[in-house]
Amino acid sequence: MMNLLIGGISVVGFISLSAMFLIWLERKISAHIQNRMGPMICGWHGSLQSIADSLKLLLKENIVPSGADKLVWSLAPFFVTVPVVMAFLTVPFSKTLIVRDLNVGILYVASITSICVLGIFMAGWGSNNKYSLLGGMRSAAQIISYEVPLLLSIVLVVMEAGTLSMQGIVQAQEQGWYVLKPNLAFAFLIYLISSTAEVNRVPFDIPEAESELGAGYHTEYTGMKFAMFFVAEYTNLVVVSAIATTLFLGGWQGPLLPGLFWFLIKVYGLVCLSMWVRWTLPRVRMDQMMTFAWKVLTPLSILNLLVSGWWMVR
Amino acid sequence: MLPDYIYIMFFLALGIGFVGSAFAVSWVLRPKVPENAVKNAPYECGEVVKGTSRVQFNVRYYLFALIFVVFDVEILFITPWAVVFRQMGMIAYIEMLIFILILALGLGYAWKKGALEWQ
Repeated sequence: MMNLLIGGISVVGFISLSAMFLIWLERKISAHIQNRMGPMICGWHGSLQSIADSLKLLLKENIVPSGADKLVWSLAPFFVTVPVVMAFLTVPFSKTLIVRDLNVGILYVASITSICVLGIFMAGWGSNNKYSLLGGMRSAAQIISYEVPLLLSIVLVVMEAGTLSMQGIVQAQEQGWYVLKPNLAFAFLIYLISSTAEVNRVPFDIPEAESELGAGYHTEYTGMKFAMFFVAEYTNLVVVSAIATTLFLGGWQGPLLPGLFWFLIKVYGLVCLSMWVRWTLPRVRMDQMMTFAWKVLTPLSILNLLVSGWWMVR
Repeated sequence: MLPDYIYIMFFLALGIGFVGSAFAVSWVLRPKVPENAVKNAPYECGEVVKGTSRVQFNVRYYLFALIFVVFDVEILFITPWAVVFRQMGMIAYIEMLIFILILALGLGYAWKKGALEWQ
């Protein structure tokens, strides 16, 4: 019982801190990539900027757009953020730091995080705003399309490890990280691409393409409701990176340092990679994105599944 | 040891509590300013709002959703197979090969029919 309470409180603390840190980090990284300074006023190199922003968002008034479906509109932030919090139930931070090692771990995380798309679509539909509706529709189409190659690459790891438990998968990589095996390295690549699409980041950020849709599905949200979408977005990034770390990069395993440090280094390394990609690549078009998911990634991951399955039983 | 579902339910409550408490604090602190029609109008880059946004939508989105359901169920079937795959060996592989090939045939059919084109 104590374990559960402490775990829960630390997860909530971790989520808030990590989201605030990542928003600051993204602003700094983007600024330095573009030869700017980024936030510099609040604290050392703007390090308190996110705290200032969250205080500001806390004090903003709540505007409900006219004609909005009020219930759907106000429930949407819950549907976006709650699954992300729930996903942390079974993320293995180290050998002992895990709230609960569910025996269906990876399946649980994959199914819980896919509820987010419901919230995004509710936000888009409920707002009674054309940009939001377009953003929500695109987001739903994109997330479900990239879900297929994403899950197929996860299945490959399950085949290799023979277990769904997150700790079990980490322990199965004692002999070597899965990313070092050729078929799983390919699955890792597919996972990275589709997870970028899952969390709506560049080059797959057409649901919130600023230059065409305003802010996409959360255009009509103000104050804390808007903040929740942001928290969910950045925490989702941490979740997909944590899954990638657990499945392909050996989780918390590593020499010298304690497991927690290795885990965080790998996770934030992947997050930084995603930020680097975001500020380097241009956005793809809707048709290019859908075509890429269904005509390239899905056939390739099915092929990868069949070939490596044959390799394992041969 | 508590059963797994208690943990999941607790985290569900935790998530709702996390979002709910943030909203509650904001509800207490934020200013209550009178509303007016212009402020509440949906954002359309400063233009006067035209009509509702609940309009007929491109049917393509639904086609992709249908194909997705097929593949999602496929993955649901594959997952338990993947767990016991190593113990079962060749027979399991061939059975899944037939299943996946049928679905791949379906994908090929959708491709041929133009369901994967985005116009």
